[in-house]
Amino acid sequence: MNQDWPLFEVFVRGKRGLNHVHVGSLHAADERMALTHARDLYTRRNEGVSIWVVRSSDITASTPDEKDPFFEPSGDKVYRHPTFYDIPDDVPHI
Amino acid sequence: MTQTTTAAGPEAQDRLQAHFDGVIAHDRRIEPRDWMPDAYRGTLVRQIAQHAHSEIIGMQPEGAWITRAPSLRRKAILFAKVQDEAGHGLYLYAAAETLGVDRADLTRRLIEGRQKYSSIFNYPTLSFADVGVIGWLVDGAAICNQVPLCRSSFGPYARAMVRICKEESFHQRQGYELLLTMMRGTAAQRAMVQDAVDRWWWPSLMMFGPPDEASPNSARSMGWKIKRHSNDELRQRFVDMTVPQAEKLGVTLPDPELRWNPERGRHDFGTPDWDELKRVISGNGPCNEERVERRRRAHEDGAWVRRAAAAHAKKQAARQEAAREAGQDAGHTGTGSGADGRETR
Amino acid sequence: MREDDHVYLSLAEEQDDSRWAFGTGFEDPLHGVDTTVPDGVDPVELAALCLGLGDDALVASQRLAEWCTRAPELEEEVALANIGLDLLGQARMLLTRVGQVDGSGRSEDDLAYLRESEDYRNVRLVELPNGDFAFSMARLLVFSAQRLAVFERLAAGHPDPVLRAVAAKGVKELAYHRQYAAEWVVRLGDGTDESHRRMQEGLDTIAPYVDELFRAVPSGQDVREVRDEVGAVLAQVAAAATLAVPDFEVMAGSGRDGVHTPCLAPLLFEMQSVARALPGGSW
Repeated sequence: MNQDWPLFEVFVRGKRGLNHVHVGSLHAADERMALTHARDLYTRRNEGVSIWVVRSSDITASTPDEKDPFFEPSGDKVYRHPTFYDIPDDVPHI
Repeated sequence: MTQTTTAAGPEAQDRLQAHFDGVIAHDRRIEPRDWMPDAYRGTLVRQIAQHAHSEIIGMQPEGAWITRAPSLRRKAILFAKVQDEAGHGLYLYAAAETLGVDRADLTRRLIEGRQKYSSIFNYPTLSFADVGVIGWLVDGAAICNQVPLCRSSFGPYARAMVRICKEESFHQRQGYELLLTMMRGTAAQRAMVQDAVDRWWWPSLMMFGPPDEASPNSARSMGWKIKRHSNDELRQRFVDMTVPQAEKLGVTLPDPELRWNPERGRHDFGTPDWDELKRVISGNGPCNEERVERRRRAHEDGAWVRRAAAAHAKKQAARQEAAREAGQDAGHTGTGSGADGRETR
Repeated sequence: MREDDHVYLSLAEEQDDSRWAFGTGFEDPLHGVDTTVPDGVDPVELAALCLGLGDDALVASQRLAEWCTRAPELEEEVALANIGLDLLGQARMLLTRVGQVDGSGRSEDDLAYLRESEDYRNVRLVELPNGDFAFSMARLLVFSAQRLAVFERLAAGHPDPVLRAVAAKGVKELAYHRQYAAEWVVRLGDGTDESHRRMQEGLDTIAPYVDELFRAVPSGQDVREVRDEVGAVLAQVAAAATLAVPDFEVMAGSGRDGVHTPCLAPLLFEMQSVARALPGGSW
């Protein structure tokens, strides 16, 4: 029997957060243990209110290299990027 | 994660390399699934693993004082700090694993002595003042080393460092606060603090690594923006930062050559004993054997526990599978039924 | 600062340093609570109650600290420290309360560092050496199940507002400790032949010390109810873990009266060594 536990990815949504955010990974024998560990490891300073864990092996990801249509460079659509909009420095919190 | 490999001919290889160079040049980040040169990957694995090992081995010198902390407040602070170090080790192992290595394998390399950790943790902690001095000097040096790593070119490493640095600054402050308190206490306490400073000052300076001319990998790491400043530059910053703190504390730093140089606008200081650093790095420090042996024992003593948890998980999965096949409701799986609104605790 | 850094920093919402190093819950549970002993509460009895509960937590936390750098996996390192920190936090508030109400003016540190083992009032279960991980989980399960049952009742109805507030905070922590231990007892019981054997041995080893927990239930609480609640938890966990719940034979004496095993004195000797070596020191 293998003594090494599989890898899980951890997503946390903070108190004022809108979305779950990937915060890292950890090892656990099963989903339940992964949740317990995630709570201890990634929210021990009370950061999160909601945690998702998912086995890393269950994640399918796109490949962000140039040939991948998911990542077609969109440099021509600069208006999509907030940095396109020049805002004076004295406007707070933008 | 499933890695899709790109079959790349020499031409495609050049294009990938050019793309990579562009990302580095524009101060953007390399992410785990991006193409990267093998040597970049190898350097990162080595550096992040060493960093992770250092956090885990670094629990030992201070952890030994949790049960003996002389006040309950100090006990809580130290307990939380050493716990943070375990957490930092885990964040860093997680970052290393995004590069395709396995934590179990890295752990094996550590306990077999094939991978290194910071040589500072091979020095013994002889009194409770050491807890304060480690926080002040060792964590202070670590902060100097680590803050620039928050801008490291490898995304997962940089992000782990953001969080780690935030916690490290508390670590340094608790150490300094402990020393301030002890310096206001009895003469015996003040002597303890000075003794600890005497023992830890030079090893702290050595934490920045060998001098630049003797550090062959530094330039390449800086070219890749894995590292942002040279060893000597970081060492100088640390000295400049620490001298006024030592004055405020009322301790003497054990270096007769240490003085302000108005022309440079920086402090001049003596040369650490690089032969000692070599001895400690190559395994002959005062505590090398003890540190690795403790880690090895914990890992081996825990094997039956890890094996049992894996066996239970396998049985549970089989039971749930059998229940599903029997057309029954698989029922309570212990983790809730859907992502939406699933709250833990 | 990059956008993706923001995402991480925003998770650390509280910017207040005081949350650091006080366990896993950072709000002050005693904020705004009146510390005057209310009319009709016997201060001697209240002090004795807080002392017993405080010593239980302090000694249990000390044993958990001994796991540090020895846990079976790094994730458990973090988890065991969380539990140890929670209990240490409880101990500090309870010992502080003792000094407030018994008229001695002793601080938490006076009580922790300047008493001998015969003055300690913890139950003997918590002072036993850690043994293997199975033993530690068996002990944590029974200890946290009993303490949770007791704290729920204190939080709901104890006349002292300070003890009520301490218990209310503790209930959340202990529910987690109990769950953590229960999950491990199930995993080890159901895991491999070796882990099953060790887990059963762990339960059998703590058996003689369990009855003392029920004799330590605070006066005014229904001992039978607490016993049944803890028994039900144990039965449920043991069934899932394919383990047998041992009989809890009654062992003479009680830590609440200062009766201890020979294991306590060395634990205290180590804990108090630095504080006693430097009398008058400030920390």
